Amino acid sequence: MLNFINALPGAVVQGLIWSIMALGIYITFKILDIADLTVDSSFCTGGAVCIVMMNMGYSVPLSMLLALLAGMAAGFLTGILHSYMGIPMILSGILTQLILWSINLVNIMGGAANLALKNSRKVFRLVNLAKNDFSLLVLLGLTAAVIGVLYYFFGTEIGCAIRATGSNDKMSRAQGINTHFTRILGLAISNGLVALSGSLWAQYRGAIDISDGKGAIVIGLAAVIIGQTFFSKISRNFAVQLFSVLLGSIIYFIIYTAAVNWGLNMGYLKMLAAVIMVVMLSFPVIAKKFHFKKKVKGDTTNA
Amino acid sequence: MLKINGVYKTFHPGTVSEKKAICGVDLHLKPGDFVTVIGGNGAGKSTLLNLVAGVFPADEGTITLDGINLTHMPEHKRAAYLGRVFQDPMTGTAATMEIHEHLALASRRGKRRGLGWGICRAEREDYFERLKTLDLGLENRMSQKVGTLSGGQRQALTLLMATMKQPKLLLLDEHTAALDPKTAQKVLTLTQKLIEDQNLTAMMVTHNMQDAITYGNRLIMMKDGTIILDIEGEEKKHLTVEILLEKFAQTSGSTFSSDRALLS
Repeated sequence: MLNFINALPGAVVQGLIWSIMALGIYITFKILDIADLTVDSSFCTGGAVCIVMMNMGYSVPLSMLLALLAGMAAGFLTGILHSYMGIPMILSGILTQLILWSINLVNIMGGAANLALKNSRKVFRLVNLAKNDFSLLVLLGLTAAVIGVLYYFFGTEIGCAIRATGSNDKMSRAQGINTHFTRILGLAISNGLVALSGSLWAQYRGAIDISDGKGAIVIGLAAVIIGQTFFSKISRNFAVQLFSVLLGSIIYFIIYTAAVNWGLNMGYLKMLAAVIMVVMLSFPVIAKKFHFKKKVKGDTTNA
Repeated sequence: MLKINGVYKTFHPGTVSEKKAICGVDLHLKPGDFVTVIGGNGAGKSTLLNLVAGVFPADEGTITLDGINLTHMPEHKRAAYLGRVFQDPMTGTAATMEIHEHLALASRRGKRRGLGWGICRAEREDYFERLKTLDLGLENRMSQKVGTLSGGQRQALTLLMATMKQPKLLLLDEHTAALDPKTAQKVLTLTQKLIEDQNLTAMMVTHNMQDAITYGNRLIMMKDGTIILDIEGEEKKHLTVEILLEKFAQTSGSTFSSDRALLS
């Protein structure tokens, strides 16, 4: 139990880092209403680009910016494959994911399966919780900034056009919206955030592995769905929705940390992610059925 | 105004499911024309409207609107000149977006969308007044999601969106077919009012012969992808369902077979 409590701050930090990825998934899954599998590789792209840049001596913000742009390029490619080349969405995501896996390994990481951040330049001490107390605050600030930017962006004309595209494609075109463009832009922003999250993860861990980000879509979706399950009743306000994703991500990592501390075989962690999702997704359906049955029973006694 | 010249459209060409939807249509509309389009199932009415709207390109022929060549223009660019209402109330509106957001989207049709606010306070007041003219109480529910509205309310909202920017051409694709008779009548009256107020040029596809006769100054009837009847002016005014059926029998050599079109 004490171990678990000691591990809690780490869980929160991980939750915050991954919440940026989960926000990216929220954009595709909830706003654009598509399932984008590019994220499983663009997460690693972000981390790898950031580490390579930092090892080359570039500043942290510049490295992270480039990671973001690399992720956006990946999303752009998926968008082009889907909209202008007519490849089904799921397949477009998988194809970019495969292309990116090779690019990550050969072109960015230079053939090595993992890449360490050279310790000589500890620029991003800020996220290293053990050594700096500000790390949590900085991360909180960063995620809050991302949420703020997203909140503003989806209130703009172009942001509204993206939301409209996700809600009703045909209507959007009838209202003069280039739905190819909005979908590509949404995918680019989403994957940019995923890569940004990957760059933070790489800095937090001090290394990136080619397998990092595998299964990211499940973690991101779990965060989105946990957030929705617990917080959607509070308010339909867009800012609340975005914050619920962040909280969902933190809750996910707390459950995860608890499971590890409880002594769960590490090999079961992927299954755990899937089980959490199954529970969260089926909970409302089962609860509704249960509630309905109870109500019917009540009605008969009244009659 | 609208000039459709020698337009052809075949779906799935060269396959077993090949369907010649439009086989050589020429149609010229004058400014202010309100044309009703009638015909049986599969006559090509909706296809003709979709060709004008740019949902798919024409195989042959040209389409120009007020001197603007639409033939190769993508759908979202044509939207700048067109107002569209669909058969399915779900198609014209987005369930997860709010009522005033719809009007904001429509007011930006044909404009570049940038990083300015998607909707601002001054607009809301304007939308309040516009919604009030519908007399459906929507002006008091502006921030409600459209998913909570009925089919008739959604069609009325779509009509308002379609006519908001004074389109060069209003395309109505059986926009009352999915509504109950009473609501359909209300939406038709509203349509008539909006068209008259702004003196719009409009094309209205309908399955209802009586509506096709009552509304508009011109009526065209389609069969097998061609226009077989074109009635306007005085002749249109004195038209009855019986005369129309008789004319149909004369021109096509068969009787009008669609049950839906015979209703009322």
